Amino acid sequence: MNIIVCLKQVPDTETQIKVASDSKSIVTDDVKWVMNPYDEFGVEEALRLKEKFGGEVTVVGLGPKRVTESIRTALAMGADKGILISDDALEGSDSLAVAKALAAAIKELEYDLIFTGQRGVDDDLGIVGAACAELLGIPQMSIIVKVEVAEDGKTVKVTRPVEGENLVIESSLPALITTQKGLNEPRYASLPGIMKAKKKPLEEKTLSDLGLDAAGFGEGGRKMKIVELTPPPARAAGKIVEGETPQEKAAELAKLLHDEAKVI
Amino acid sequence: MTGFQEYFGETHNMVRQTAKKFVEREILPFVDEWEEQGGFPRDLYKKAGDAGILGIGYPEAYGGSGGDIFVKIACSEELMRCGSAGVAAGLGSLDISIPPILALGTEDQKQKFVPPVLKGDKISALGVTEPNAGSDVANIRTKAVRSDGHYLVNGSKMFITSGARANQLSCAVRTGGEGHQGISFLVIESDTPGYSVSEKLKKMGWWASDTAQIFFDDCKVPVANLLGREGQGFYGIMQNFQSERLQLSVMANMTARMALEESMKYAREREAFGKTLTGFQVTRHKLVDMATLVEASHEFVYRVAAKIDAGMDQVKEISMAKNFACEVSDKVTYDAVQIHGGFGYMREYLVERLYRDNRILSIGGGTQEIMKEIISKFILT
Repeated sequence: MNIIVCLKQVPDTETQIKVASDSKSIVTDDVKWVMNPYDEFGVEEALRLKEKFGGEVTVVGLGPKRVTESIRTALAMGADKGILISDDALEGSDSLAVAKALAAAIKELEYDLIFTGQRGVDDDLGIVGAACAELLGIPQMSIIVKVEVAEDGKTVKVTRPVEGENLVIESSLPALITTQKGLNEPRYASLPGIMKAKKKPLEEKTLSDLGLDAAGFGEGGRKMKIVELTPPPARAAGKIVEGETPQEKAAELAKLLHDEAKVI
Repeated sequence: MTGFQEYFGETHNMVRQTAKKFVEREILPFVDEWEEQGGFPRDLYKKAGDAGILGIGYPEAYGGSGGDIFVKIACSEELMRCGSAGVAAGLGSLDISIPPILALGTEDQKQKFVPPVLKGDKISALGVTEPNAGSDVANIRTKAVRSDGHYLVNGSKMFITSGARANQLSCAVRTGGEGHQGISFLVIESDTPGYSVSEKLKKMGWWASDTAQIFFDDCKVPVANLLGREGQGFYGIMQNFQSERLQLSVMANMTARMALEESMKYAREREAFGKTLTGFQVTRHKLVDMATLVEASHEFVYRVAAKIDAGMDQVKEISMAKNFACEVSDKVTYDAVQIHGGFGYMREYLVERLYRDNRILSIGGGTQEIMKEIISKFILT
């Protein structure tokens, strides 16, 4: 079973995000970059399936050179090879353009399953997985917490939580699955794994290598424009609910939730 | 990046990420509870072994993960970020007890005593200090008398990190006459008849690590557990000190760094007399002094580490670095509590723990005074 995992590099969730002076981007100077946590679930799931069914796990990343480190982390966890799509013309591309480039790279590979994170924790858009599946003409199952591939490796049964219930979906392969927290607990990249990863193949491809015209990518190719980024409002001071008895306090709390917070 | 020598590269960053993730997942959610309980679960060793963290810096032939000195430092720095030096010290007790086995042991001894510890299946501790012999190592009195294929060991070992539940003790004993020539190293397993352990000792800091006194009462240790030859023990102890002092320097640096970071965070938020603490020159300058010391100490220790890694003898320099790092963390943790005011005295605040945990660093692994004696011999004779 050959599996592809799409990988995005995002700012470490601990990074203090600052909006840049253009109000449309973030300051990246002090940002520490890590593998999108949702993609890590994809890598782990792919490795578990590989351990069961054999085959190869290929990691496809897109972005500047620094993304290599995240791809190497996936290789250190146990993936077999990596592809980095890197091209100056990609700078500023929107999700659809990213999906186009990924799909073009994936088309050249043999695969039974593709994993992407259900969304990147930076933009929170959740578009790439769906768009990629559409461009490849394969089924897509999103926000999945359980993956069971049939013994014959021909079909897959997945679980998606919906409003506290579970939706179970079955699909033929090849297919694309977007991963949700709870799917698994990703393994650690150990030092021996990291050393081995250095010797694993990591190919770099430009848009022209993929037979794509740079014109459709980058800022110019965006169908979706970022108008403005604003930081979340500073948290206001809390309020202490007054009252002599628990009953009084509860009544006051209910009143505040209704009148001021307008949540009930 | 070009033009200057960077100590940490891609491999180090990746190991750092692994250690950071391990801390976030396995330690941080529970660390305050462990501190209050005075211990962490034994299976943390297993988890750290599985993640390859315990094996960092050790040969793959014995189940280690290899790696240069900066891989080890990157990992130690991230483990310290759990905010409990006790957890770091408990997990790290192998770093002072395994090196003598690797330095002096036979192939059989290495295969028997090293891999289970690096895997996290067994806990290893170092036994040198005695109730009456701390800095004065050559004065240890625990006696081992050879008879019929065994050593009969009598005496006790004090302040043993991980001592309460260690499975094996790399233990300095007296097999010969007075002085350092009479000292040998034995690996003593905790299930050996005549081996017993005190209650956990109650400490000022490092609450999450178990520290104990260990007693030997006609403890019958197979001669096969002798590391090297009789009389080589002192050499083994001295060998160990260089890496132990480096580890303690890293711990001191991270203690100071976290105290600084907490103080900057607090000073930006806390208001007094109508402005934040950073609005006062006295606080700003204090923070600047702290940051400068932290920076200088890190650079010093990294430089010495690079030289150790290159195989250079750095006994004088690492002794200086340890003293410097400890003096920096003494000052920085003191100032951090001062900036926090009354809150800094409360257990809810990390600086309170850092302040307590810091105190042992200038005592363990050779006191400030012993370091100075060592340095003075280098520079004055």
